[in-house]
Amino acid sequence: MTEPVDVADHRPAGPGPADRGWSFSQWFRADASEPVRRNLGLVIVLIVLYAIGAWSRPDIFLHADRLWSNELTVLTLASSIGVVAIGMTFVIISGGIDLSVGALLALASVWSTTVATQSYGAATMVLAALLVGTIAGVVNGTLIAYGRMAPFIATLAMMVAARGLAQKISGKTTQVVSVHAITDIAQRKVLGLPLLVVIFGVVAVLAWVLLNRTTFGRRSAAIGGNGEAARLAGINVRRTQVLIYALSGLCCGIAAIMVTAQANSGSSDHGNLYELQAIAAVIIGGTALAGGRGTIVGSVLGVLVFTQITNLFIVNNLAIEYQLIAQGVIIVAAVLVQQFRVSSLRRGPA
Amino acid sequence: MTVRVTNRYSAGRRRLLTAVAVVAAGVVLTSCTSNTPKSSNSGSTSSSSSTGAAATGKKVRILFSGPVADHGFLAAINSFAKAEAAKYPDVDFKALEAAADAPSQIAAVQTAIAEKPDALIIFPQDGDQLTGVGKAATAAGIPVINLDRKFNDASAYRMFLAGDNYKVGFNAGTYIGQKLKGKPNSVIGEITGIATLALTKERSQGFKDALAIYGLKVSRQVNASFTVQSGQQAMANLLAAAPHLDAVFNHDDDQNIGSEAAAAQAGRKEFFIVGTACSNTMLKHIKAGDARIEADVTFTPAISATAVSMARLIAQGRSMPDLAGLPMPSNMLIDSELVTKDNVAQFEKFGWD
Repeated sequence: MTEPVDVADHRPAGPGPADRGWSFSQWFRADASEPVRRNLGLVIVLIVLYAIGAWSRPDIFLHADRLWSNELTVLTLASSIGVVAIGMTFVIISGGIDLSVGALLALASVWSTTVATQSYGAATMVLAALLVGTIAGVVNGTLIAYGRMAPFIATLAMMVAARGLAQKISGKTTQVVSVHAITDIAQRKVLGLPLLVVIFGVVAVLAWVLLNRTTFGRRSAAIGGNGEAARLAGINVRRTQVLIYALSGLCCGIAAIMVTAQANSGSSDHGNLYELQAIAAVIIGGTALAGGRGTIVGSVLGVLVFTQITNLFIVNNLAIEYQLIAQGVIIVAAVLVQQFRVSSLRRGPA
Repeated sequence: MTVRVTNRYSAGRRRLLTAVAVVAAGVVLTSCTSNTPKSSNSGSTSSSSSTGAAATGKKVRILFSGPVADHGFLAAINSFAKAEAAKYPDVDFKALEAAADAPSQIAAVQTAIAEKPDALIIFPQDGDQLTGVGKAATAAGIPVINLDRKFNDASAYRMFLAGDNYKVGFNAGTYIGQKLKGKPNSVIGEITGIATLALTKERSQGFKDALAIYGLKVSRQVNASFTVQSGQQAMANLLAAAPHLDAVFNHDDDQNIGSEAAAAQAGRKEFFIVGTACSNTMLKHIKAGDARIEADVTFTPAISATAVSMARLIAQGRSMPDLAGLPMPSNMLIDSELVTKDNVAQFEKFGWD
């Protein structure tokens, strides 16, 4: 426990009772001032991956223009799972888990690409995906907060049901998108960067602000740190939980549009295993699975590490089994490094 | 309970407004789920004639057990079987509830055995795991047609019927080989399906063997998983790894929707693609010549229609007239055909979504 710090200038929404007397202020300062130091483990892993790339494929990794285009491919591939992982970060920081993200992405993509939705045009398709994701997230949150269900169980049920509903609506077929404004999302560039990467970046910045500079963000962490203490401190825990799962659902809706644009189609198979990838990225990003502590920067780096590994293996023409083994090793290695960093941070001056 | 300090009335009204907004959004959304297809041409695989094998025989009951159709191809398997059965007045056909996994399919087939049908068609979730019930059905005197995924014991089926996966790869390799022969430095990519499946290995082997005839080889192999998204990701990485490509063999047409999109996103059009299994989307592209896919190889879900007609003849104790008096075969591999712009019209009836 540390003494309360004065963070009033960071908080437009005014001081709440949540920021008193617990270790959250500690991670907050670390995250705001030194994201690199906090996530040093992942930065090292990324550097090692680039070094392996430079050694194994110098023709790509040691030529500026080819490296740039390869990294744009990596960033683009990371963008949709990255947005999902950002939503997942809030959920896990609040001490919850959302197993339904992949299924919600599939449901949103299918809902927004039916013949009927497509006939209303791109804006309706986007709106449908965002609404479907958010409403399903509200259902998750309501079951957990007001139905007092364990997040694991509630979102597990949603995972199965949403995937089933997606199959029902699509008739298990792949719904090809004929609205060019949607497929353009995956081809358009903004200031030399693919639009998908820009969306990923914007979502990450907004999420960072939301987590670190608003009462909502502090409440999320407070609930994860100690739900009972947060409630006694006057936080409306249930409403905050609903909002957190709605936010995760919204992120799935955004990612659904991105995947739909990339794959030129909506399908009940989209987002397959995204829940595991997102959780893994958030965890190696240094967010505590028990809640209370975590960073957006870490989650983004976590996603980039996984996408870069996949890219590195394919670029070197290596079979998928090595890739899976390497991912497992890196999860363990990154978490070990994070634990070491966190414990040394705790020992340092508070 | 927490102490409420807000104005109850305004809080109540806000809640009501939220509820109304949610319901309204729900109404708008539900109007978006309609997916009426323009026209489905699944079914009708053979023109009916009233002579020979098509002649009406004794009434038989055929049960069909398949996996959950989580892929357009598997959905088409079910619809082709039903459509074929509807053509025979002497067939009483019933498709069992699709099984989500091997154990539940085993349970479903055990129930089916108790019904004593005249024939049983099994498209197993997993050939190895369903072998036991295949044997049980055979022991109970029910002829079993083992579709697509093979039982590991020949005594578990009366007939094994499948598409020829080796020829799928071989035909794709032959097309690419003929187009690129004399250019041994050609860069050829392969986007496979799920790497661990036997059918993936067979397709890859056939592809490799055919390319070898023309002095070519696979430069880059990337694994996908029969989904659009995995096809997109595999192609995006493949393009990043290979600055120049000459041809790509894609093991699945659903995957290829994503692969085509990835190529368009990367602005790459120096290569051509050969697809697999002839989905409606890809057949349209081949016909219009507006995408990278130039050719497709058949691996048709209409094989389930064949299974129904074979099961019917076996159940009726008959054979095909063209077998010259010999009994129905115990193994049948349906050849794969090459589809290009020239002959695409004749394959449209096998298309699936």
